[in-house]
Amino acid sequence: MSSAGSSSDLLARFDVSPSRRRKDRIARTGVLAATVLALVPLVLIVYYLLRRGLGSWSTTFFTTDPTGNTFFGGSSIGGIKSAILGTIEIVAIASAISVPIGIGVAVWLVEYGKGSWFANTVRFFVDVLTGVPSIVFGLFVYIVLIVGTGSTYAGYKGSIALALLMLPVVIRSAEVILLLVPGALRESALALGAPRWRVIFSIVLPTALPGMVTGVLLAVARAAGETAPLLFTAASTHLTTFNPGQFMNSLPVQIYDDVISATPAVEHRAWGAALTLVTMILLLNLIARLISRRSRLA
Amino acid sequence: MEATAIPGGDRGLPARSPLARLPDRALKYGLTALAALILALIVYFFIRLVGQARPAFAKEGVFGFAFGNDWNVSAEHFGALPLLVGTLVTSALALLIGVPVAVAAAVYATELCPLRLRAPLTVLVELLAAVPSVVYGLWGIFFLAPRLQGAEQWIADRLSFIPFIGGGLVTIPNYFITGLILAIMILPIVSSISREVMSTVPADHKEAALGLGATRWEMIRIAVLPYCRSGIVGGAMLGLGRAIGETIAVTILIGDAPKLGSHLFAQGYSLAAVIANEFGEAQGLHRSALFAAGLVLFVLTLLVNGVARLLVVRAARQRHAEPAREPSPGAPIAGAAAGA
Repeated sequence: MSSAGSSSDLLARFDVSPSRRRKDRIARTGVLAATVLALVPLVLIVYYLLRRGLGSWSTTFFTTDPTGNTFFGGSSIGGIKSAILGTIEIVAIASAISVPIGIGVAVWLVEYGKGSWFANTVRFFVDVLTGVPSIVFGLFVYIVLIVGTGSTYAGYKGSIALALLMLPVVIRSAEVILLLVPGALRESALALGAPRWRVIFSIVLPTALPGMVTGVLLAVARAAGETAPLLFTAASTHLTTFNPGQFMNSLPVQIYDDVISATPAVEHRAWGAALTLVTMILLLNLIARLISRRSRLA
Repeated sequence: MEATAIPGGDRGLPARSPLARLPDRALKYGLTALAALILALIVYFFIRLVGQARPAFAKEGVFGFAFGNDWNVSAEHFGALPLLVGTLVTSALALLIGVPVAVAAAVYATELCPLRLRAPLTVLVELLAAVPSVVYGLWGIFFLAPRLQGAEQWIADRLSFIPFIGGGLVTIPNYFITGLILAIMILPIVSSISREVMSTVPADHKEAALGLGATRWEMIRIAVLPYCRSGIVGGAMLGLGRAIGETIAVTILIGDAPKLGSHLFAQGYSLAAVIANEFGEAQGLHRSALFAAGLVLFVLTLLVNGVARLLVVRAARQRHAEPAREPSPGAPIAGAAAGA
C-alpha cells in the first residue's frame, strides 16, 4: 500500500492537473482535520478528569461512605467507599450469572447449532439484545423482580439487569473465538475416541480460554459503567453493604446523583468518583488487550 | 467434527454404553435449552412490558400516546410527542455531526495514515467507547455546555431567520449540546465498523484506480467509498440505535423539560430521559405511561438495529461473495493490470 501511495504521489507531481491536485490536497487535509477533531474530546475528557478528579482523591475519599448531607457542602460529604464496593459486588454477581450462560450459549451455537434455523434465530435475537437500550433492561428487571414479587430494590436485582446487558457481548465474543478453534483439533480428539463433552471441555474450551477472557473483561468493563439499569433495580444508598439482598450503591449511580443535585462540594466528589470509575474501566480494557495480544488464536 | 460420519467405514461406530453416552446427551440438551431460554426471555419481557404499558395506551390510545403533544404528570395527560421529538432530534444531530467525522477517521486510519500510526489511532478512537455514559454527562454539563453557550448563542442569533433553529435564548442544557455529546459517544462504533468494511476493499480495485492515474482522494472516492456504502450506512444505523437508547448523558444534558422545545438550543426531553428521571417517583397511570415510553423506545431501537444488522450482514456477504465472482488465480497486481 505504501508503494502504491508513493507512485500516486509521483503521478501527482508530474501529470495531474493543478485543480485535481488541489482537490486532493484539500480532501486529505479535511480528512486529517476530522480525525484530529475525533480525538479532541478524548483528550479534553481525560485532561479534565485528571485535573478535577485527582484533587478530590485522598485516603479518606476511598475509605469513607458518602453522607446524605449534600446541601450543606463542606468537608462533611464523605467519600465513595460504598460506591466502589457496590460496583465491584454488583458487577461480580452479574459476571457470575452472565459468563456461564453466555459461554454455554456460544458453545451450543458453534458446536451443536451451527447453521440450523434455530441457531440463526438465536443469533438474531442475541443481536437484538445487543441493541436494546440499557434502561429497558432496567424496566424488565423492575417488572419481573419488583412488580412481580411485590418486593423492593436490591443489589442482586441490579446484577441481573447488568447480566442481561453483558449476555449478548459475552455470547458474540465467545462465539467468534470458538469459531477460530481449528476443526482439526476437534476431529483428532473425536478420532481418538473422546466423547463430545470431553472434546468440548478438554480441547475446545481450554484452547479458546484466553480469547474468551478478553471478551468477558470487555463485557465487564461495559457493565461497570452503566447507570441506567441500576437506577430502579439496585437503587442508591450511601451505606456499605455486603448483602446483595439490600439496596446497594454503585459508582455510576453515585456520580449521577451528585451531578443532578449539583452543589460545588458534591460536584467535586462526582469528579473524583468519575476518575475512579474511568480508571477501573481502563484497567480492565488494558488487561483485556494484553491478554488478547499475548494469545492470538489462528 | 461429525462423530456420526464414521458408520460408512468397515468397523462402524465404536460401541459405547448408554450410560457413557449420558453426559453427551445432557450437555447437548442442556445447552439447547439455554439457547431456547434466551428466546423465551425476550418474548416474555416483551409481553410483560406490553402488559404494564396497557393502561396508558388504553387511556390515551396508541396514537394519542405516541403523537399527543402534552406530557403533564399532575393532570395525568401523557402524550409522548415532546419525548419522541427530543429523541429523534438529538439522535439526528448525533448522526449529522458524528458520522462524517467517524468515517473520515476511518478513511484516514485505513488509507492515508502512516502504518506506524494506525494501531495507536485505532485504540485512541476506541477508548471513547470505554468512557461511561454518566461521565460524558458530567463532562458535558460542567465543562462543555458552559463553554459552548456563548458560541451557541452567536449561532442562534445569526440563524434567527431559520425557524426551529435560531432566534431563541440559548440555555445551558439543550438539544444541540445533547446531540453533540451523543455524536462523540457514537463515534467509536461508527468508526470501527467503517474501518472494518474499508479494510475489506480489494487491493485490485484501489490499485486499478491508482493505475489509471487517480489521485489518492479520487481513489478513495471512486474505489473505496462506493464499495463500503452499505457497511457505512449499517454502522451509522447502529450508531443511531445507540443514540436513541442513550439515557444518562441525555438526562443530564437535555434539561428534562416536558414540553416541545421551540428551537434547537432550547431544553427538551427524550424517551429514555423521562424514564430515568421520573420512574423513581411514578405511581399508577404515570408509571404505566413510563412503561409505554420504554416500549416505544424498545420498538424504535429494534427497528433501527434490525435494518442496521441487515445492511452490515449484506456488506459482509458481498465481501464473501467477491472471490467467488472473480476466480482469477493470478496475483492481485496482475488482475489490476488486466482490468486496466
